[in-house]
Amino acid sequence: MSAAALAISDASDGERVLALSGRLDSQSVTSLWESVRRAVADAPARRVIIDASGVDYCDGAGIALFVDLIRHPREPQVEIANLKPAFQVLLKQFDPTVLEHDLDPEPPRGPAVEELGRASYILWRDIRAQITFVGETTSALAYAVRNPASVRWRDVWRICEQVGVDALPIVALISFLLGMILAFESAVPMKRFGAEIFVADLIGLSMLRELGPLMTAILLAGRSGAAFAAEIGTMRVNQEVDALTTMGLDPVRFLVTPRIIAAMLMTPLLTLFSNLVGLIGGAITMRSFSIPIVTFLKEVDSAVTMTDFLAGFVKSFVFALLVAGIGCLRGLQTGAGASAVGDSATKAVVSGIILLVVVDGLFAVVYYVLDI
Amino acid sequence: MSAAGPPMSGDPIIRVVGVDAGYEGTPAIQQNINFDVARGEVFGILGGSGSGKSTLMKHMIGLLPPLAGHVWIDGADIVTADGPDLLAIRRKFGVMYQSGALFGSMTLLENTRLPLEVWTDLPDDAIDLIARMKLELVGLEGFTGHLPAELSGGMQKRAGIARAMALDPSILFLDEPSSGLDPITAASLDATIRRLSDSLGVTFVIVTHDLGSTFVAMDRVILLDLHSRAVIAEGDPRRLRDESGDPRVRAFFRREAEPAAA
Repeated sequence: MSAAALAISDASDGERVLALSGRLDSQSVTSLWESVRRAVADAPARRVIIDASGVDYCDGAGIALFVDLIRHPREPQVEIANLKPAFQVLLKQFDPTVLEHDLDPEPPRGPAVEELGRASYILWRDIRAQITFVGETTSALAYAVRNPASVRWRDVWRICEQVGVDALPIVALISFLLGMILAFESAVPMKRFGAEIFVADLIGLSMLRELGPLMTAILLAGRSGAAFAAEIGTMRVNQEVDALTTMGLDPVRFLVTPRIIAAMLMTPLLTLFSNLVGLIGGAITMRSFSIPIVTFLKEVDSAVTMTDFLAGFVKSFVFALLVAGIGCLRGLQTGAGASAVGDSATKAVVSGIILLVVVDGLFAVVYYVLDI
Repeated sequence: MSAAGPPMSGDPIIRVVGVDAGYEGTPAIQQNINFDVARGEVFGILGGSGSGKSTLMKHMIGLLPPLAGHVWIDGADIVTADGPDLLAIRRKFGVMYQSGALFGSMTLLENTRLPLEVWTDLPDDAIDLIARMKLELVGLEGFTGHLPAELSGGMQKRAGIARAMALDPSILFLDEPSSGLDPITAASLDATIRRLSDSLGVTFVIVTHDLGSTFVAMDRVILLDLHSRAVIAEGDPRRLRDESGDPRVRAFFRREAEPAAA
């Protein structure tokens, strides 16, 4: 088949004839498209005939060229002639008037007050959903306490492994490095005052009261919170959550309760592990400042009380509840489509971490007021 | 066989030779499948659930290597091809997946524009027009700005067909195109398939359960059987329905309860 070609001829009565020939497909019409449009726009007469008798192949792109020429009511008037019947069938599939208009225009933005109202409503809806979720989760956990047999323990142990055992390496690495960095950064200036032994007090108190529980919870939010949101979100997209609901099973009791129980069982243990590894990291660093490990541990023992330890340990339960809860909530709030699952996972991590820091601040205030 | 292609008798655009369909490490779902698809033919792959229809299609489009055998697309073996050769073969066909497989972050228009943007140098408004025409062809002109998640499964499937047709490939593979469509849209799709085949000589390979579409749109079919793991019928679906001596084939085409496995 020959390549696409255009021949322009103006008749004596002023009528312009554009003779198209050859193969009209997505490759060949590329070069023709603009020249045909120009030839129509520049036509001296009120009528342009597109002579398609020489067209021996015309696929969707070629048909699109013809539609483009006839879709707009214009001067000059364009008429297509001598198109082979096989291609006419394809052309007749389209209604040029439908394609005449521009695509869906952007919906007009409302006045600022309306936008503000809409944003406030969405925020209120989100808060209401969170309050409802807290209520439903509390009710589901209370039910689980009253009826332990109703809990899907096989799921709980599986999730415990994912949340706890699988997180051990990353918790160990971060806590160890945190202990080392804290020790090193504080030992250098304190050495100038001969007070490097008090680095043990600093590390002991900060790891057990604050950094151990907080860092473990942040890691939990990044690993398990996101995983909960993605897993439940995918179930939502695949209508598995709808299936649970229509089977008469409560998604909160079925999906959320095992995850929260697993997180609340594992996070305190991970926190203990984090505290221990952080202290080891600090002790090893202090060896290089001539503080023996035994001396370091004795100093920690004298500085840190059981109350300090419990102050941090209690937080880990609350942090677990927050991270697992927010992960599950974001998963259940997932919209439609693959990107919605990603959005849910991101929201779970971001709102989880924000909530952790805020609640940690509240704990600090409460402990101060209670003189703990 | 050499990469130059097997001897082609007549004008088959696709040749499936000795294919064992299945996934590596598991027993073959179908064994020793052989058939040709002629240029411009509307060819159906039929069979019960789990008989390996979609798996066979994956072998044919080069997504999954078969356990044995070769698939020749327009003279080139897609099983052994890789790199630019595989890309060149894939340019010859479009595929519509069972779920539509649209990109969730793009509107229907953007989904349909994508292959045109990548593979042609057409002006932007021409690309827009072609994409809109393809969507009009499947009855979705009014939904160009919608995201896939905002549409029903059937509409997503139709948009998947529009995207597969965007570049007017010479072969179109359609996986269950009419399932989930209402009868009117399904009939209109059948008519579109026939029109493209008759007017432009587009070859269709259609995996389907839909007997209505099979009798209306298809020139020839093969019927895969799960129990015997083989092709049990090949030919004109109307003749197979009326004349086949095999009770399994008759049962399938007449929608009767399945006879005892042979």
